[in-house]
Amino acid sequence: MADLSSAPIPAVGSDDHAVGEGEEGLVVYADLACPHCAGSWQRLRQRPGRLVFRHFPVASKYPRTPALHAAAEAAGRQGRFFEMVDSLYADRGRVDDPHLWERAVRFGLDLDRFQADRRSPEVEERIKRDFQSGIRAGVAGTPAVFDACTLVPVREREF
Amino acid sequence: MIAVGAQAPDFTLRNQEGEKVSLSDFRGRKLMLVFYPADFSPVCGDQFSIYQEVKPQIDETGVELVGISVDSAFAHRAFQEKLGFEFTLLADFEPKGEVSRAYGSYIDRVGTANRTLVLIDEEGKVAWTHEAANPGEFPGANIIFDALS
Repeated sequence: MADLSSAPIPAVGSDDHAVGEGEEGLVVYADLACPHCAGSWQRLRQRPGRLVFRHFPVASKYPRTPALHAAAEAAGRQGRFFEMVDSLYADRGRVDDPHLWERAVRFGLDLDRFQADRRSPEVEERIKRDFQSGIRAGVAGTPAVFDACTLVPVREREF
Repeated sequence: MIAVGAQAPDFTLRNQEGEKVSLSDFRGRKLMLVFYPADFSPVCGDQFSIYQEVKPQIDETGVELVGISVDSAFAHRAFQEKLGFEFTLLADFEPKGEVSRAYGSYIDRVGTANRTLVLIDEEGKVAWTHEAANPGEFPGANIIFDALS
């Protein structure tokens, strides 16, 4: 059984999805179907420093979100993770499978590989790993933003 | 807040199906009571959505998680169906908040329960409690697993 008791967020590792320069920055647990996340995403992307994205799909709230996280993770396996995330947040009305395929083609992905990856147990496990680390860190809503392993309260955010 | 070690106050309330549910129905099993302010409030929805995501792991611990608020059984059913929860929800509806008061969770000036977790052991005694700093914050699922570990 997975241990979901309290624990700090894991240190940023080589297989995290990171963008931006430097060793300092923010770690965000986000849901790709969450409108609050979409609203914060552009501002987070414009901040200087490193930004790490961790999956936190809440399927009971957003039934489509597992498919979106799987698509982003599959795109990441072909080097286009943040292109997919940016696009999903920028165009929230187009998130059905044909829209995901259209994005995959637009980003130059191998569509067959994209299709296989997004349904693979490896991708499912990778997403679950992020989600469970968020649960252990007390994530209770998205986006949950951590600065140096400390959760930034919503009222203190500038993004 | 009710004291750890105290005998948990008995109750009989209606669930979202309109059926009567009593504390004594859970004797011999661990029970986590989740007092919360109101169905359909944004925070309450988030709270149960997060708990729903880890329901398989909660089930593995052998504890049953049951929500209680001052809403009616009809509201509970709509709340559960709208958001797809699989937890039992109990209506502390009439007399309003009587069970929430008995467990020390009720906030008079608000007219609802606070966000309070109460773990009741197999013998019906309070084994652990947690109360949110205010109704706007809910305990993450990690707090539940801390209590059960």
